Amino acid sequence: MQRRSFLKSTLAGSAIAVAVGAGLLQPRMVLAAAWPKSAFKAKTAQDAMSSLYGSAASMPSSEITIKAPDIAENGAVVPVAIHTTLSNVTNIGIIAEKNPLPMSANFEMAPNAKGYVSTRIKMAKTSSIIAIVVAGGKTYSARKEVKVTIGGCGG
Amino acid sequence: MAKSTIRARARLKGDITTVKTLITHRMDSGRIKNKKTGKLIPIYFIKEVTCQHNGKTTVLAQWGPTISKNPYLSYQFTGGARGDTISISWLDNEGGKDSYSLKVK
Repeated sequence: MQRRSFLKSTLAGSAIAVAVGAGLLQPRMVLAAAWPKSAFKAKTAQDAMSSLYGSAASMPSSEITIKAPDIAENGAVVPVAIHTTLSNVTNIGIIAEKNPLPMSANFEMAPNAKGYVSTRIKMAKTSSIIAIVVAGGKTYSARKEVKVTIGGCGG
Repeated sequence: MAKSTIRARARLKGDITTVKTLITHRMDSGRIKNKKTGKLIPIYFIKEVTCQHNGKTTVLAQWGPTISKNPYLSYQFTGGARGDTISISWLDNEGGKDSYSLKVK
């Protein structure tokens, strides 16, 4: 049973990836459809971004603030809060650049949701946290370096 | 029924409702070895958390295994009122799920 559903989900995932590649679907539509498997499987921040937001390029924005510790003693629990004053926010993404799987979270925001999310992530080692905000169809980003004393992704 | 895996609180202040939630889940990354057997603990994590306000989705969180054990999630939205229903539900990669509803205070 599990194997069956796994097969199903991989098939669905690859079909979506093909559709995106062919430019048939806007990334936004794909997000509403399914869990973005390819982004969460991506090994680099760039790959994750291009598969999820359509492009690895983003505009650095001072309207995004990342609240995270400068030094995280325990990489297994790093509190991260993303706040943005941009309007028409549709997505907020959290990427830990040097994690084995950098894509941590993607939040799809309804129009009445404020540009704010807070959660806790695992970090394998010292790296930048990249906050991605999609607002009004444009992709913005901000970075913050977090020093990790003990990694939290296992060895 | 077993105790819910979700604990949540929603509070209205001004016109902003803040929702905070804690979910009990192992969130195994698939990279850590079981110390006794030396085998990898299989990957097991929450993929999706849907947060609704009066039946309409406010925030849909899509997570990877990089989210910490016993995940915490907080978000804010406008247009809420005291007594409104907030419902939170999650789905993990093994098909497990749970949901919880609460009222805005």
